[in-house]
Amino acid sequence: MSENVWILGIHMTPFGKRADKDVLDLAAEAALAALKDAGVTMKDMQVMGYGNLRGGTSGQSLQKQIGQTGIPSFNVSNACATGSTAMRAVIMAIKAGEADMGIAVGVEKLYGAGLLTGNSVDSGPETWTPTGRNGAIKNLDGYIGTSGMAGLFAQIGMAYNDSDPRADFELFARISEKSHSHSTLNPNAAYQNKMSLEQIMNDPMIAYPHTRSMCSANCDGAAASVIVSETKLRTLSLEQQRRAVKISASILASDPWTEASQEFPDVSTVTRNAAVAAYEQAGLGPDDLDLVELHDCFAAAELVHYDNLGLCEPGGAIDFFNSGATWRDGKLPVNVSGGLQSKGHPIAATGIANIWEVATHLRGEAGPRQIQGAKAGMAHVIGLGSSCTVHILEKSGL
Amino acid sequence: MSIPIVNYLVLEPQPHLVAQECAACKSKFFGRHNACPKCFGDTFAEFAVPTTGVLKTFTIVHHDAKGVPVPYCAAIIDCGGMTVSGNIIGVDPDPEIITRGMQVQLKTYSLGTDAEGVEAIGFGFEPV
Repeated sequence: MSENVWILGIHMTPFGKRADKDVLDLAAEAALAALKDAGVTMKDMQVMGYGNLRGGTSGQSLQKQIGQTGIPSFNVSNACATGSTAMRAVIMAIKAGEADMGIAVGVEKLYGAGLLTGNSVDSGPETWTPTGRNGAIKNLDGYIGTSGMAGLFAQIGMAYNDSDPRADFELFARISEKSHSHSTLNPNAAYQNKMSLEQIMNDPMIAYPHTRSMCSANCDGAAASVIVSETKLRTLSLEQQRRAVKISASILASDPWTEASQEFPDVSTVTRNAAVAAYEQAGLGPDDLDLVELHDCFAAAELVHYDNLGLCEPGGAIDFFNSGATWRDGKLPVNVSGGLQSKGHPIAATGIANIWEVATHLRGEAGPRQIQGAKAGMAHVIGLGSSCTVHILEKSGL
Repeated sequence: MSIPIVNYLVLEPQPHLVAQECAACKSKFFGRHNACPKCFGDTFAEFAVPTTGVLKTFTIVHHDAKGVPVPYCAAIIDCGGMTVSGNIIGVDPDPEIITRGMQVQLKTYSLGTDAEGVEAIGFGFEPV
C-alpha cells in the first residue's frame, strides 16, 4: 500500500493582466505563498514539478529565484493539463517513497496573446512544396477544418446533439451566463463582471456557437501546491494537519484509440476513463461530491463534461444543467470560481488553480463564494491532444 | 500540371481520399504510421475512402489567424464509418442552412497556381 498524499499548502495568484511581474516573478509569487501557507520552506522540499508552456522557463530558473537546494525538477509539458501533470509528478515521487514533501508550480503569461494556434499565417513559398507527414502544400487551418480551439470545442459540443437536440447556441450561452455570474464573487478572477444572456449571445462570434465571452480568457497567472506524505503530515502541527487537504484520487490519462480520434480530438473518452479511475481510487462517487471545477475552456466543453465525469445520467447533461444543479446554489455546483471563461486560463497554471479552488472550499476559506459544508470535491483538466487529469480532494479529518 | 493540398487526396481518375488500413485489425487512418495505434500491427494497405458521407458535427469559424479566409464551415464527416475532417463548401456558412445529419459529397476546387504554373487542388464537402 503506497503512502497517502495530502496538500499541505496551496496558492493561486490573482489572474488577469499582471504587467508588474514577469513569468519567474509570478511563479515565485505562487511558490513562496504556497510554502508560507504550508508553514514550511524550500529547505523542506525534496522534489519539484514545474510547468510553463510559453515562457521558456524551468524549475531550475525558479529555484534560482526562491532557493537552490539541489532538488530535482520535473519540467513538464502537457498542454492545458501541464500544471496538474507537474503536481502528479510530485505526488508520484511521494507515493514511491522517494520524497516526503515536494512542490508543484504552474505559470503562464498570456494576457493579450490572441489565438494560441497563431495570429497570422504566412503565404508560403512561391512554388507549392509538400511538407510534413501529410505532404501539405499550405497551412491547413481553414482549408481542411479548423485548428482553432474555439472551433474544435464547438464541434465537440455540437456533437452532443446526438444525445439531445436541445444542445444549441442558447443553451451553451446559458452555461456561460452561469460562469460569468459565479465570477462576480471571485476577487482572483480576471473578469468579474456579470453578463446577461443577451450580452453573451450578441458578443462577437468567434466560432459558432461560441461568442467571445463563451471562450476561455487568455491572462497571466500562477498557482503552486506543496504536497506531503501522510506519515510526514502526522509529525506536523495540529493546525497544519487541520488545514491539510487529502488527495483521495490523482489520475493522469491519455486518450486511448478510438476511430474518430484519429482525425479529431476525443476529450470525452479520456475524461470518462480518468473519472472512472478516480472514483474507484477515492472510493467515492459523484453523489459524494460537494463541488466540481471542470475544464470549461469553452462553453460547449462544460456540457459534455457533466456527462463525461458522471455528474448526470448518461445523455442527461442538458436536463442536469436546466435543473439548476450546477449553479452555486444547486445540487452540485460546477465552476463556482467562474471557470476558465471568466476566472481566466493561463494554461500551465490552470491545472493547479482548479485544485486550489476546490481545496479552498474544503478548508472553509473561500469567503463570500464558499460552498457551505463542502467535504469532497473534484478538479478536472484537459490538455488537447489529449490528456486529462482528475483529482478528488477531501476535507481533513485529522 | 496540378498538385493536391495533401498527399491523401488523390486526383485521378476520380478525386478521392486515401487512408491507411491496418492489415490485422482493419482500422483506418490518414497519413503514414509506424504501427497501428489500435493493435500495434505494422502492415498497412491503402483504402479508398467513400466520397459521400454524413455531416456529424460542425462549427462556423468567424475569427481565425490573419491570412485564413473567414467565415468558413469546418466539419466532421462520417464517410462509410471513417471519420474525416473537412470544410463544408458550395453553400453559405450559415447554421440555418448547414445541419447535422446532412448528406454530403467530396468536391475539389482550385487553390490557385504557383510561380511555375502548377495548380493546387483543395477539397471540401458539398451538400448532396
